[in-house]
Amino acid sequence: MDLLANLSQGFAVALTWSTLLLAVSGCFAGTIIGSLPGLGPSNGVAILIPLAFSLGLDATEVLVLMTSVYYGAMYGGRISSILLNIPGDEPALMTTLDGYPMAKQGRAADALVLSGVSSFVGAFLATIGLMLLAPLLANVAYLFGPSEYFALYLLAFCTLGGLASKNQIKAALASAVGLGIAMIGLDNQTGLPRLTFGELALMDGVDFLVAIVGLFAVSEIFIFIESHGKNTAIGIKLDKITIPVKDIVNSGVTMLRGTLIGFFAGILPGAGASLGSFLAYMGEKSLAKDGNTFGTGNPKGVAAPEAGNNAAAGGALVPMLTLGVPGSGTTAVLLAVLLTLNITPGPLLFEERPEVVWGLIASLLIANVVLLIMNVPLVRLFVKVLSVPPHVLLPGIAMVAFGGIYSLSGSSHDLVLMIVFGLVGYFCRKLGVPTVPIILGILLGNNMEDNLRRAMIISGGDWTYLFSSGIAIGLWVAAIGGFVAPLFLRNLLKKPKPKI
Amino acid sequence: MKADRIFGLGVILIASFYLYHATLIPMGFLPDPVGSRTFPYIVAGVSLLCGILIIIFPDKIIDWPHIKVYGKIGIALLAMYLFAKTLRPYGFIIPSAVVAIILSYLISPNIKNAIITGLSLSIGLFLVLNYGLGLGLFAFG
Repeated sequence: MDLLANLSQGFAVALTWSTLLLAVSGCFAGTIIGSLPGLGPSNGVAILIPLAFSLGLDATEVLVLMTSVYYGAMYGGRISSILLNIPGDEPALMTTLDGYPMAKQGRAADALVLSGVSSFVGAFLATIGLMLLAPLLANVAYLFGPSEYFALYLLAFCTLGGLASKNQIKAALASAVGLGIAMIGLDNQTGLPRLTFGELALMDGVDFLVAIVGLFAVSEIFIFIESHGKNTAIGIKLDKITIPVKDIVNSGVTMLRGTLIGFFAGILPGAGASLGSFLAYMGEKSLAKDGNTFGTGNPKGVAAPEAGNNAAAGGALVPMLTLGVPGSGTTAVLLAVLLTLNITPGPLLFEERPEVVWGLIASLLIANVVLLIMNVPLVRLFVKVLSVPPHVLLPGIAMVAFGGIYSLSGSSHDLVLMIVFGLVGYFCRKLGVPTVPIILGILLGNNMEDNLRRAMIISGGDWTYLFSSGIAIGLWVAAIGGFVAPLFLRNLLKKPKPKI
Repeated sequence: MKADRIFGLGVILIASFYLYHATLIPMGFLPDPVGSRTFPYIVAGVSLLCGILIIIFPDKIIDWPHIKVYGKIGIALLAMYLFAKTLRPYGFIIPSAVVAIILSYLISPNIKNAIITGLSLSIGLFLVLNYGLGLGLFAFG
């Protein structure tokens, strides 16, 4: 009954005209961002964060807007996968395997509709899963003390670079860089300056919004320049949109299986949507009777990864809201949104700010319906957007990012710092250093250090206190396992290639 | 392989610089078994170790672009830096038009298209950001 009462409170927040409008705008902008090759959900949310804050919205409204962009980008990623064989983002990679062959067989419209419906099933059921599981996990989080939180943060760092990164050493380095940047500024406990190198502007520390927009959006500009803006969809044409009822019915069970796999993959800190779509695809390939036709344009090969990656997007919100530990790169960026709004994710969030949590969940349910409408009958519109030439798109992204950050702080120092982060992000991407752990380090660094210091004060400097509870030991083991496992699993989890 | 070794060396240098500055952090007066320096020491230590490991185990293939691309990235950097510095004295429209023209030209070297793109983006975005979203940017400083 509590659940229904909470949900009705959420709908009371979400069903206002202004919130609905924000959800629709976020879904629309997100689908466009997701569909553009190279611009994934993390970049999309990063570019729009400064704008969202400049609009003077309240906490719930900002969250609704940003999560709608997030869900929209997850839906949109499939469009360029199917039409161009170029994933709009990493999680949409698996959709290329059967989506593009379907398009080559003249069934692009069918593939887009089927993947749109699969995305809806995955995301909608995952939001219900979030609704059921998050309060339970929040209760477990009450058992956490400083040593458990320290181990939890360690787990996030050990797994976030994980499978997404090709080199564990560089993933560890990225985390250390982020944590190192977080130390800059005034020490939380003593109030004395640390590592400011005599710069007054660094007393407040490094603003993580500046770092995020720089690492994600500005570095994208350099990547675009390097690629000369290839990967455009100019000239792509789409046939009449019809509903492939037979394919949808045949893929019903596939979608449900993909959703289940994706949701739980999303909950694992760091695994995110890429693992969700990969496991959903591979699972379906081995379970389906016609598994040997996967890679040749089998509709189930489109339905499974789309349900999986969209379900993982919902799953990744569970640890972010309940424990303050993001389950994916984009939820790390969303965590920055929460912290900027002075909202501390964790079990208390469900008690102290129920309107935020339940308003968000209700908005996500509404956003999914909006996205289904946008991505099935209106998909032609997004295909048109896909053909915006890169020499227009890229300066547009740059101006939005710059205008947003400048209107927030009014400081040219922040703009210069953002450019520096952009350059760092570019070289990180070239050198194979993942950027998400850097962001996570900047976001969680102070909390991690505070918990370590608190644990040491409680124990009188006894370091074994960090392993003093079953939960803490379990988290340490998971952290070590999460760091070491990709070394062995990377070869096993190689992406299959399409057969045509 | 060579690039990664240079990168590893750079990491060691920066981590050593960070470590040195961590030794200069002033200590507080309150009793704290860990203190303000321990965590930065750990971070610098992990970075140093990573730098050494990157030198020992470098990635074999790194896809570096042609030298001309660095020239373009340098121009883009300079344009963005000047944008950051001129935004306050000259307002949004002129600096953003200039930087948008340069970025557009760097991607597709067609000066006519670049000028049209730059001007339309600068004026269009100013109207949207300022009047549509109420960001409070100045048009001409």
